[in-house]
Amino acid sequence: MKAAVKRRNESRWAGWLFVLPAAAFYVMFVIQPLVMTVQYSLYKWDGIGVATWTGVANYLRVFTDPDLFAAILNAVKLIVFFSAVPVVLGLAIAATIRRIAATRLALVARTVIFLPQVIPLVAAGITWSWLLSSTGLVNQLLTAIGLEKITRAWLGDFSTALPAVGVIGAWVLLGLCTLLLLAGMSKIDPALYEAARLDGAGAFREFFSITLPSLRQEIGVCVTVTVVAALASFDIVYISTQGGPGNASMVPGLEIYYLAFSERQVGLASALAVILTVLVIACALPIQWLTRDRES
Amino acid sequence: MKIARREAWTGRVLLLVLMAATLMPFLSLLVTALHPSGSYPLGLEWPDDPQWGNFATAFTAARMTELLKSSVLIVLGVVPISLVVATMAGFAIGHLRIPGRRFVFLAFALGLTLPFEGIITPLYYLVRDMGVLNTRWAIILPLIGLFMPFSVFWMRAHFVNMPEELSESARIDGAGTWQLFWRVHVPLAAPATSSLAILLFLWTWNQFLLAIVLVDDPLQRTMSGALGAFQGQWGTDIPLLCAGSLLILTPTLTVFLIFQRRFVTALLQGSLKG
Repeated sequence: MKAAVKRRNESRWAGWLFVLPAAAFYVMFVIQPLVMTVQYSLYKWDGIGVATWTGVANYLRVFTDPDLFAAILNAVKLIVFFSAVPVVLGLAIAATIRRIAATRLALVARTVIFLPQVIPLVAAGITWSWLLSSTGLVNQLLTAIGLEKITRAWLGDFSTALPAVGVIGAWVLLGLCTLLLLAGMSKIDPALYEAARLDGAGAFREFFSITLPSLRQEIGVCVTVTVVAALASFDIVYISTQGGPGNASMVPGLEIYYLAFSERQVGLASALAVILTVLVIACALPIQWLTRDRES
Repeated sequence: MKIARREAWTGRVLLLVLMAATLMPFLSLLVTALHPSGSYPLGLEWPDDPQWGNFATAFTAARMTELLKSSVLIVLGVVPISLVVATMAGFAIGHLRIPGRRFVFLAFALGLTLPFEGIITPLYYLVRDMGVLNTRWAIILPLIGLFMPFSVFWMRAHFVNMPEELSESARIDGAGTWQLFWRVHVPLAAPATSSLAILLFLWTWNQFLLAIVLVDDPLQRTMSGALGAFQGQWGTDIPLLCAGSLLILTPTLTVFLIFQRRFVTALLQGSLKG
């Protein structure tokens, strides 16, 4: 008996050997660079010469330099497009197609609306740069419906560059949100809907009293994924606008890249990186916590 | 009954609109790719004389064969190692219930939403000091680490649900932990590992930031990183750029269409768990 317990305990500790390789990769390529980022952020360094200690000066600069702070604000603005639009629209679409979710058309649609999730964001960026260009499809459609006056090079215009980037993000994320929410809706007990119908509830009532409350977890996932995508956006912006015109669509991810690898301001880039990381975690954790099932 | 039918029709129309909105960009890409190279076509306009040869030109210009080889090599580096390492860790945390598993699990969970931009700067210096900058290892090794939180999370979720009795009976038959893992648990974990493999393949293939920062030569990058370079080089020749983009998309699209069911399920579960 005693021997058996001892053997069990031994094997429990031996289990650590199974975690070791994973931990090694994680520590080496995630934790270590994370610590290094924090360290870099406290120095002024051009990446080559001697680094000089500057304390929190880099952080102060991120918050006081209007260009740098604008990048953070832009990322927050992108949440509207990357997150609010796909989640709200996804809810509306999923609620409408819920009843026909098992038909052949819906199965085909499932594959089709998933395409943007599969292709590289870079490809989405290139495609949409062309669609939104002055001779692109978007302007062609606007002209066709008599809105010629508002046509423009959407990604090259100071006032529309950021929203245009947002539209690309919304296109990419809408399918994912719709399908996630639809999958959530299929788990709701149909008896609930029947009961509501018998009580004379309309489609809206049904949506707000049954569908929405049951989707808490799925909505939480959609919001987390899309908010992180907005705050940490890089690929789409890099391809479609490079942050321009001027600084109109600059985001922190791209600014870090420019600062660290073109302007050789490694310390400043790292301070921005720390702020971005904290911002992402600060947004993701509460959403997760608020929408988790209480029992799990 | 009447209401249900009206709802079904609205649903169908909505689905068609949604599909059109998703496919329209691809269609525009295709139509534009068929215009004469170097011309400035208008939005969606079928060319008088479709230039199917543009695809051949783009194939050579983008050096597709080499790109494919490079991406495949990177995927072959990332996916198998990640799978083995993450399955072992998931097994230990989820099933062996090693002491301190809560802490280990939390430590990994911390990395789940970490933006890659947050650590890209030190990664550059780290990879440089390892002497692998500008080689495919510069993408492979960090990606294994960066995907580790999700992979461990995913495999743990599988192993927590495996019944304890399974291991008990194997142990009574005299199996050690190592044999228990390989003979009993790895085969049973196939559905979880294969879905994880799909996700890791996709994320590696589409990885852009690491590719452009850590590798200069587009031919040593992932497909996605190469596409970025292709845009820089051919950005002014819109038909050729469109043809090239479509070509670069083809491998992913093919794999997706073959395994579509698994893909959709894996990605949906993936976001639910992550």
